[in-house]
Amino acid sequence: MSPTLIVDIVITGLIMAGLYSVMAVGLNLQIGISRVLNMSHGEFIMLGAFGAYLLYTLLGINPFVSILIVAPILFVIGFLIYITLFQRLRKRAKSMEMFEMNSLLASFGVLYIIDNIALLAWGSEIRAYTYLANPVNLLGSIFAANRLVILLVAIVVGLALFLFLWRARWGKAGRAVAQDLTSAQLIGVNIDTVLALYFGFGALLAGVAGILISMIYTITPLMGMSYAIIAIVVVVIGGLGNVLGGLLGALILGFIASITMHIDMALQLSVFYAVFMLILLVRPQGVLGKTYG
Amino acid sequence: MQFTGKRATYIGLLFLVLVAVAVIPFYTSAYIYIFSTTLFMYAVLAVSWNIFCGSSRYISLGSAAFFGVGIYTAAVLGDAFPLPIVIVLGGLVAFLLALVVGLSTLRLRGIYFAIFTFGFGEFLKHTVRWYEINITSTLSRWVPMTDPVITYYTMLIVLLAALLTSYIIKSSKFGFALQSIGESEEATHHMGVNVTAVKIFFFAISSTFMGLAGAIIAGRWTYINPAIAFNPVISFTVVLMVLVGGIRQMYGPLLGAAILTIIAEVLLTEFTYYYLALYGIILIAVILFLPSGLLGLFARKGVSKSGGILARFR
Amino acid sequence: MPILEGEGVTKYFGGLAAVSNVDFHVDQGEVVGLIGPNGAGKTTLFNLITGAFAPTSGMIRFKGENITALKPYQISNRGIGRTFQPVRAFSTMSAFDNVLLGSLFGRSRNISTADARQETMRLLEFVGLEEKQMIPAEALTIGDQKLVEVARALATRPELLLLDEMMAGLNPAEVAQAMELIRRIRNEGITVFLVEHVMEAVMGISHRIMVLHHGEKIAEGIPEEIAKNRTVVEVYLGE
Repeated sequence: MSPTLIVDIVITGLIMAGLYSVMAVGLNLQIGISRVLNMSHGEFIMLGAFGAYLLYTLLGINPFVSILIVAPILFVIGFLIYITLFQRLRKRAKSMEMFEMNSLLASFGVLYIIDNIALLAWGSEIRAYTYLANPVNLLGSIFAANRLVILLVAIVVGLALFLFLWRARWGKAGRAVAQDLTSAQLIGVNIDTVLALYFGFGALLAGVAGILISMIYTITPLMGMSYAIIAIVVVVIGGLGNVLGGLLGALILGFIASITMHIDMALQLSVFYAVFMLILLVRPQGVLGKTYG
Repeated sequence: MQFTGKRATYIGLLFLVLVAVAVIPFYTSAYIYIFSTTLFMYAVLAVSWNIFCGSSRYISLGSAAFFGVGIYTAAVLGDAFPLPIVIVLGGLVAFLLALVVGLSTLRLRGIYFAIFTFGFGEFLKHTVRWYEINITSTLSRWVPMTDPVITYYTMLIVLLAALLTSYIIKSSKFGFALQSIGESEEATHHMGVNVTAVKIFFFAISSTFMGLAGAIIAGRWTYINPAIAFNPVISFTVVLMVLVGGIRQMYGPLLGAAILTIIAEVLLTEFTYYYLALYGIILIAVILFLPSGLLGLFARKGVSKSGGILARFR
Repeated sequence: MPILEGEGVTKYFGGLAAVSNVDFHVDQGEVVGLIGPNGAGKTTLFNLITGAFAPTSGMIRFKGENITALKPYQISNRGIGRTFQPVRAFSTMSAFDNVLLGSLFGRSRNISTADARQETMRLLEFVGLEEKQMIPAEALTIGDQKLVEVARALATRPELLLLDEMMAGLNPAEVAQAMELIRRIRNEGITVFLVEHVMEAVMGISHRIMVLHHGEKIAEGIPEEIAKNRTVVEVYLGE
């Protein structure tokens, strides 16, 4: 094992972990706070990716700037979807269990609708663009600059999120709601707003992940599910709704990805699903447990 | 058994339907009976899903896994054995696989069981694909084409078997136990029911029919690859069909399968470009407008007037 | 002669001892009460006895046989029945069907359906629910749901019946009826071990009372002794 190989695996692992963490954190917020296991999460990733692609190829706007345009749009879409669909389901459900199941199935409906719209708008061809692909030499190994930047963005996003959740008023409200819906209501938090808000945030973050993905991978309207699956596996490993757990899950999967990349790429998804099932069997609540009871 | 006029009419009607269905291939175009085969296929999946999941309330999103192994068994065996054996083997493999899954998922409930079964289906798909690429060097397989009339009848027979099995189970004490498990697994366990054995066994029975259906339809689809065989959309479609039709014994899943297969056919042919979106809209509408969604079906199930589920017994 | 005995029964959840080194016994034909403040470990002890989960250490014997590692259905088949707190009746099933399940799968394994239905009717009459047998359990009052649970447990033909807070939420008239029911159950030859918060009831029907606090047994004796026991009084006043 040459030192370059080790550096390669470790740094790639970190990069993948960074990417996965951004992909998963939005879903964690939707699960932990809005209480929706959103299977259409991948579609928002896809929309973000296409947003960046279109802005770059049509208007020459670089992906980082496009975050400022795409993110708010996806936030609004997510917010509206929550209000029109999931909020209604929540108010009608007789138990949390029923709501979870109904929203799981309903999110598949959202998935198919978004996919259809995307297919009609952009067709099914595979697209890509290159941005910041210049090789950079880090510790003897070569990496594309955009990948290193992705890691940086992931760290920034993570820090910004933690600051928000711990310092901002809406962040604290979100954490209160994650802990206990009724108690949060008792201390004056507007549940309906918070739940919708965080579903929107989840969509926003998914969009950001999509933008990052578009820089290094090809995109197509049907790409959503494969990324959503990774996000779900990360989230399950760390504990449904647990943001810190998501970080841990991202690290674990990131390194698994990095290692399998060097062994056999085709095995990667099988390994991911195997880990997924294993966690569910051994410790369904995830390594760090659910944030809410 | 009390022979009321109502009962006699019911049986008479059933008989007529059976006869009509049995002679369809002789009096209609190939399109009709080939479409009917697809309808029967979905009906088998929905009815068998309901055998276990309808009563126990364990929502399986892994039907594609067992359906898929049935397809793949046929794909791998190909010509090697006569058709009935291939079909039975498809069911057997699904049965054994379900035993394994059942044994592993003992502690999983609710949403965890649901996403596990979904993950299992995907795991199977990707692992089979890896295996086919790297070990057997095939990516797709060709199954010898079966006469569509034979496919029609075999699927019909399996459907009737599934319906009969569903009926027998529901009126037996074990069907009763399954229902109690759905209400409160812990209480049922404490009343002397070996819930583990009951769950695993009926989950396996349910999956066997899915495997049989897969092995049969492979002879019509002929071109098989992992993505086709283990298609997750099938898992959701099955649940959707039961949602639409209801979990009452016989006609619920059957009705749901019929309605949705016809709608799907219409969507595919008339609105090919909007197929996915319409499918999603229907899914959402069904969930929104069923009074309490999926588990609301359970809540609505009333008490049989004649004094309990086993009223049929003398 | 003890029908049920426990030695050094302990259960840890994470770092917390829910039940700590408890020795106990219930003699055949007795009515034994288990009391203690909330969180004392009473329901946990019941769960350990019926096999809902296994103790961290210790042993439980029923009729001389070690049942510590057995599963709930096996323990039910050996003759221990129970009710739950909170109530776990089968909500959308009728009272009749609830009890019928116990009858079909209880100790008489190969009972015919006709006999099971007869037994169910008898038990519904025994607890006074024959008029309401067709009503789905969720539509019954809590008091009646508890009666359904009792009938269902009795349907499994137990020699020992564990009642978990059967009187919680009952009004005084209902409490008196419940006490009467317990006496009748005992007259059928069934040993009763009950967890209860309603003091007059427990004191009134128990031959013997055990007191748990923070998972430990702090007192045991006849009701008169327990009522005067200073530690017990303090523990309750302190809550």
